[in-house]
Amino acid sequence: MRLPRSLVGWFYVSPLMLVLIPFFVLPMVVIITASVLEGDGFGGIMPFFTTQNYIDVFGSGLTFNLYFSTIKFTILTWVFSLIIGFWVAYFLVFHVKNQLLAIGLFLVCTVPFWTSNIIRMISWIPLLGKEGLVNMILQGLGIIDKPLEFLLFSDFAVVVAYVHQLTIFMIVPIFNSMARIDKRVVEAALDAGASRFDIMRYIIVPLSKSGMALGSIFVVSIVMGDFFVVRVMSGGGSASVVAALYEDISVLQYPPAAANAVVLVLVVMLMIGLILRTVDIRREIAR
Amino acid sequence: MTTTVEHPHRRRPTRRREGRPWTFYVLAGVFIAYVLALYGPMFCIYLLSFQDIRGGLVFPMKGFSLHWFNDLFTQVRTGDVKGGFQRSIQLALLVTVITVVVSFIAGLAFRRRFRGDSIVFYLMIGSLVAPGLVLGIGVGLLFQYFGVSPHWTTSALGAQLSWTLPFGVLIMFAVMSRFDRSWEEAARDLGATPWQTIWLVIVPILTPGIVAVALFGFTLSYDEFARTLQTSGSLNTLPLEIWSMTLNVTSPSLYALGTVTTIVSFVIIGICLGTIALIQKRRTQRAATH
Repeated sequence: MRLPRSLVGWFYVSPLMLVLIPFFVLPMVVIITASVLEGDGFGGIMPFFTTQNYIDVFGSGLTFNLYFSTIKFTILTWVFSLIIGFWVAYFLVFHVKNQLLAIGLFLVCTVPFWTSNIIRMISWIPLLGKEGLVNMILQGLGIIDKPLEFLLFSDFAVVVAYVHQLTIFMIVPIFNSMARIDKRVVEAALDAGASRFDIMRYIIVPLSKSGMALGSIFVVSIVMGDFFVVRVMSGGGSASVVAALYEDISVLQYPPAAANAVVLVLVVMLMIGLILRTVDIRREIAR
Repeated sequence: MTTTVEHPHRRRPTRRREGRPWTFYVLAGVFIAYVLALYGPMFCIYLLSFQDIRGGLVFPMKGFSLHWFNDLFTQVRTGDVKGGFQRSIQLALLVTVITVVVSFIAGLAFRRRFRGDSIVFYLMIGSLVAPGLVLGIGVGLLFQYFGVSPHWTTSALGAQLSWTLPFGVLIMFAVMSRFDRSWEEAARDLGATPWQTIWLVIVPILTPGIVAVALFGFTLSYDEFARTLQTSGSLNTLPLEIWSMTLNVTSPSLYALGTVTTIVSFVIIGICLGTIALIQKRRTQRAATH
């Protein structure tokens, strides 16, 4: 007896669904529900419908400042990690001729990923601090006469920490898609008289687009959902949407936090949707 | 995931260029700068964690001792680091096992298109990109609604799986789509049952991919913070301990913790790579004796 194909498929994904439904779908349903209910101000949620939470979210100038600051960090991190990730991957795939060496160097880039992110973030403190290494060296060389203040606990430090943590999420997928480019295509283009700029523009960038898209999804979703790096590295000077959400939760304001969360999830999904429009991610992964 | 196929290559009789283009040197510079920026700060804190009792958070280094490691595991103010370590490792192992098994089975489903597969796929993407803290709050509220108190073995486990599983399935998806179906058909033709086909043919061939999923599952869980924050209940995992330490502790104990967690990570990678090497060796030996 042969079972219908879709039934077999659903049978195989049933364990996955058994996790995703209670730990992704239902929590989202709960948050959406909580966002239109009234809170009693003591962590309880009362079963009365209200749109006040959303009115508060959209009516507050703070919301726009938070989104402005979070999206600013997201764009800066995305741009820097994409540029660095692209060129590092390009160097490894097209400039390092020895394949074993290329894989070795690739592993060198991925190793820090296996260590704690929080630790990697605080490891900037002895470097960027007021009495940190960078300031010590610059002062020692006589380039500056008093320590640079903007290095730590500033927006600069936040972006440095993000790029430091997340560039790897760009390098891995871009390296993967570049490694699958047939070198003969490049050779053929050279034979046909293409310049190296043309090769970059017409072959390498289009064929590594899927890697860039995948990397962008990771970077954008992580930065949009972060509150830890912003909080520690800005020294409290900057906030993010999720940091504000966390404040609401700490004072047990669940419904307003839920409304904020729904808006944030929609914004993130919109951004990811835009990235997914540029490339058929499913086909590209299977390629 | 990188499978590079060597194509029979027609070498041009003359090399087009002599030496390397200038871009090579520029990009080599970029690469070296990147690697230095990647490792530099980490080595600084490893170094600073070995100071003696006079040590501070910044250079210059004061003395050399294991004082702050001792401090880390014995002092009350640094929190329950030891317990956090144990819970994090147990949780990460649990997450790893479930992630490997479930994503392998789900990967089998995604080899063919089936009705509604896009729903599952986009559900997974959604779960992957959902902000961690939001998901954690949702899980927390859900447990509260059903009157179950959150605990790291239930709510935190589920919250972490909702993040590690999409990663795992996407990797399995990539690995399996490059799996040659004819081997499976050959096994079936030779009279293997479906179970034997999976266990004796598919699993051994996909071992490197499965190890990759395991490594990802372990690291993502061991380091997971945002999803665990609202779901771990009264007992903290290690990243939560580190988080509270970054807010309270201003001594090199913090750096000592960094050194210790890094050593643990490397031991885990070592074990995984060692296992792959052992399996490969056994396989070649078996192939040689047959």
